[in-house]
Parts: sequence; C-alpha cells; structure tokens
Amino acid sequence: MSSRPLLLGVLQVKELSILLVTIAAGIYFTATSGAFNSTDNYQTIAQYVAPWSIIAAGQVMLLICGEIDLSAGFVFTLAPFMMMQFFVNGWPLWLALLGAIVVSTLVGLVNGLIRTVLAIPSFITTLGMAFLLQGLVLIISNARPVGVPKDSAVLDVFGGAHWTEFLWALGVVVVMQVVLSATRFGIHTQATGGNPVGAAESGIPINRVKVVNFAITSTLAGLAGILQGTRVGSYDPTNGGFTTMFFAVASAVIGGTALLGGSGTVAGAFLGALLLGIVFDGFNLNGVSANAFNVVLGAAILGAMVLNVSLIVVRKRLGSRERI
Amino acid sequence: MTEGPVTEPEREVIRAEGISKKFGPVTALADVNLHVRRGEILGLIGDNGAGKSTLIKILTGYHQPDGGRLLFDGEPITLKSVVHARSLGIETVFQDLAMVNDLPVYLNLHLNRELTHRPLPFLRRREMKRRAREALDSIGIRIPSVTAEVGMLSGGQRQAIAVARSVYSKAKLLLLDEPLAAMGAKESAEILRLLRGLKQRGDIAIILIAHNYGQVMDVCDRVNLLQHGEITFDQYAKDTSVAELLELVNAEYRLDGNADSG
Repeated sequence: MSSRPLLLGVLQVKELSILLVTIAAGIYFTATSGAFNSTDNYQTIAQYVAPWSIIAAGQVMLLICGEIDLSAGFVFTLAPFMMMQFFVNGWPLWLALLGAIVVSTLVGLVNGLIRTVLAIPSFITTLGMAFLLQGLVLIISNARPVGVPKDSAVLDVFGGAHWTEFLWALGVVVVMQVVLSATRFGIHTQATGGNPVGAAESGIPINRVKVVNFAITSTLAGLAGILQGTRVGSYDPTNGGFTTMFFAVASAVIGGTALLGGSGTVAGAFLGALLLGIVFDGFNLNGVSANAFNVVLGAAILGAMVLNVSLIVVRKRLGSRERI
Repeated sequence: MTEGPVTEPEREVIRAEGISKKFGPVTALADVNLHVRRGEILGLIGDNGAGKSTLIKILTGYHQPDGGRLLFDGEPITLKSVVHARSLGIETVFQDLAMVNDLPVYLNLHLNRELTHRPLPFLRRREMKRRAREALDSIGIRIPSVTAEVGMLSGGQRQAIAVARSVYSKAKLLLLDEPLAAMGAKESAEILRLLRGLKQRGDIAIILIAHNYGQVMDVCDRVNLLQHGEITFDQYAKDTSVAELLELVNAEYRLDGNADSG
C-alpha cells in the first residue's frame, strides 16, 4: 500500500501537530481580541518567546541525551550581573559581556563534570547549582536591580535595539537545529540518550557529549539573560529562575521532546515556546488571569505527552504492518 | 588436550593457545586452545558458567588473559582494548545489539563512523543511505527502507542489521553472542541464511555462540565444546550429531556410574 509510507512520513513530522495547534491559537485570539493582530502585539509575543526558545534550544539537546539543567534559569539571572561586575571593574563592555558568557559556559562545564565524573544525577546536580547561583546573584546584586549602561552600540546588538532579542533567538534555534540534525555531534547526542550502553560500545564518548551539552545550555541561558535584561532596560535579580527554566523545558516537551531521552527537535521547542507565548499574550489581552494560564500550560504539557506517546504507538503499529 | 580436525594455518584468522583467566579465586578459563579460519563458522557451545562469555571477552580485547597467547593472522598479538581489537577487524554482535532505536537504519549502520563533507562538519546523509543500501543488499538483507527507524523493525531485522554493520566495517573475525536466543523460527532461519551467505564469501571467520544444537549443526562447519574452562571437544559438524553433543554436555551431570557406562 502506497498510502502507508506517506502516513508514516506525516506522523514523523512531530512538529506538525504543534504547528497546527499554534495556528489555531493564533486564529482564536485574532477572532476574540482586536488588539492581537498588530505589530506592537507581535513584539510583545516575541518578547515572551525569545528567552524561552533560546534556553529551550539547549535544554532540548540535554533532554535528548538523557539529562536536564534546572540551574539554567539562574544562569540567566546571573549573567548580566557578572557582566556588570566586569564592567564596573573597568573592562570594556564587549569584553565584560564576553566574560559573562564564559562564566555561564563554565557553570555548565561544572554541572556536566559533576554529573559525569561523580555520577550524580543531573536533577540533583543542577538543583544544587540552581540554589547556589540564586544565592550568589542576590549577594552580588544586594537584591537590587541595576540599570543598563547607556548608549552602547554593543548592547544595541544584544537586545537594545528593537527585535534584536528575537533575531538572536531565531539564529540560535536555526544553528542548534543544524547542530542536532546535520552534524556527528547531533547524532551522537541522540545515540547517547537513546541507548547509552550501545553508544559507548560503538566508541561514542558519551560523557564528553553530555558535558558539552551542559556547557551549551548554560552558555545559551547566559546569553538569553543578558538579551532580556538589556531589552527591558534593567537587570533584575528576581528575573529568570525556576519559572524561566521550566517555561523552557515546557516549550521543549510541548514541542515533542521525549523526557526520557533519544528524540526531539529544536524547531519543535521553538514552536512550543511560540504557542506558550501566544496563549500567554492572548489571555492577557482577553483579561484572563495568570492562574488560568497555568491551567492551560499544565493541560498543554499533559496533552503533548499523551499525543507523543500515542503517536509512537500508532507508528509502531503501522511499522509492523509494513513488514508483512 | 584437544584432538580433531587439523587446519590450514595460512587461512587462520585467530588462534588461542593455552589461554587461562582467573577472577580472584575463581578459574574461569583453565587452558583454552581454539582456532578459526576464513570462510569457516565455528560453533561454540557449553553450559552456563563454562566460560564462554569470558572467552569472548578475551577474544574481543575486553579482558586480558592471565596466561597463554593469541595469534591474529598468524602473528602473536596482545589485544589492548575493545577499540584496538575492532581496529584489527574483530567485531562483536552483542546481545543488546548496540542499536539506537530512534535513529534510522542507515545511521545505525554508520554509528560513530558517520560520513561528513570534510572539512565541513555536515553529515553526508545521501551517501550514507546509498552505502547502507549497498551493504544490506550485498549480504541479502531485506528491509522496507534504510530510512526506517530501527525501533520499528523486528528483532530478526535488527539482528541482521547488527551483523551487516560488522561486515560493512570490514570484519575479519565476527563473534556472535547468542544471536538466536530471543528469536522465532522464521527469524532464526533468516539469520542462519545470512550467516551461510557470509561463509560463502570466504573472507570472514565467524564464531557463533548458541544453545540450540540443532541450529549449530545446521550452520556451523565445526563445533567446539567448552567445559570447565577447557575445550574438551573439537569436531567437524558432519562428523558429529545433536545426540552426541547432548550426550557430552549432559554426561557430567550424571552419577559417576552412569557416566562410565554411557
């Protein structure tokens, strides 16, 4: 039967279902709110989507290789304060920014090394790192926000100018999707999560793969923190944290990433973030409370998981019929 | 002491001489003498605990023997690691198959040997698909598509792909650890057909570990029986029978008097 391979092919596009839901949400809010379809509102949605999707791009890689980074949200919070520390100590702003990104990368390296060398589960490792960083940020900042340095061309590129934050997000998503699906490292990431023993038997350095992915996630989280604070105009020690991190993980899961490793796409995570952004924004416009949004978010996560599992079952059934 | 068939030394891929291995006070292998030639399938049988898996792990470089020596292509050799053994062409198909279910067949065939557009880091997917199809065709494996995810395939198909991967990576010695253990009759027949095809090519030596003596007799040229860390029986398959093998394996569990009379 020629229709079966076609059907299999369609089901393999995990992003398709989430794309349809996203479009449906867009149509719904266009119909119910006059303010939804405007350039200003697009910008608002983009502001939600950018940090979630940048962090999610890293979390997808980690989830695929069977890990998670709970501390990414606090790297997001910490990075701009590290940048300001370097800046007030006389570093040029571009160097201070680079320094903050390097610190973010180092946090990821430490997470990865604790995870792999000491064999401590990433949930515990990064939970500890999360609280550690949260305390550190509050100490460095005296729990007070600081203003963004004025008239800096560097910062204009990193979130200062309109749409730059979102453009960075798009760039990160494209680059990470290419890394995942078109390089050996991406394949090794999938193999590490899909069958760690088999991957190791094939000679794939699974620990190195994990450490690199921890470093990537943390680097992206630091970048996202600087972009967002710069766009808003102040760096806030209560920004980010677990909320931002979990929105990123939720984006990844809604976008089709398996929590137990092995499969997922960065593009799917971006669509997941876009859906969450549209619903969040739409509820605001329609005057629905934030509490109701959480109900929708929870239902969306559960729905996405159920859909994923049942799609796998359907594909298995079609696949086994195919053989006979 | 083993007696039985002599071999043509120039066709020998691997020869083990007096191999011994202890784990603390436990003697896993006492004195193993074994050899296998190109184009030959050697059936390795023996009860659980006879030392089969230790022997396999020594032949694949995972364990180092305490005594004795290995000859590879006629030259004495020390296998330093699994990676070293693999670089020489010693490939193992483990029971877990080392397959990644979420990846398609052609990527599993190239696992950790992916082709890229050097110096660019991007994968050459089309070329890998072409080569995968070629590799599977060359040894007569039929699957719907090389782009199918391995998780969607049957146990027999996955086993066949694992064998194909070893052959594709230019194996000289192929070790199969109980490839038919969890397989139905139809799938077993497919794998046996595949092994016979490999034998016909004449360039690969195969050691097959199995519990089903009927299947061993069906496909192997020669049978070795491992008992208490020694090869106690080495005979061409055509010169022995399932009944004789069963008799040999079971003899040690009988009462002394019965064993003498049998």
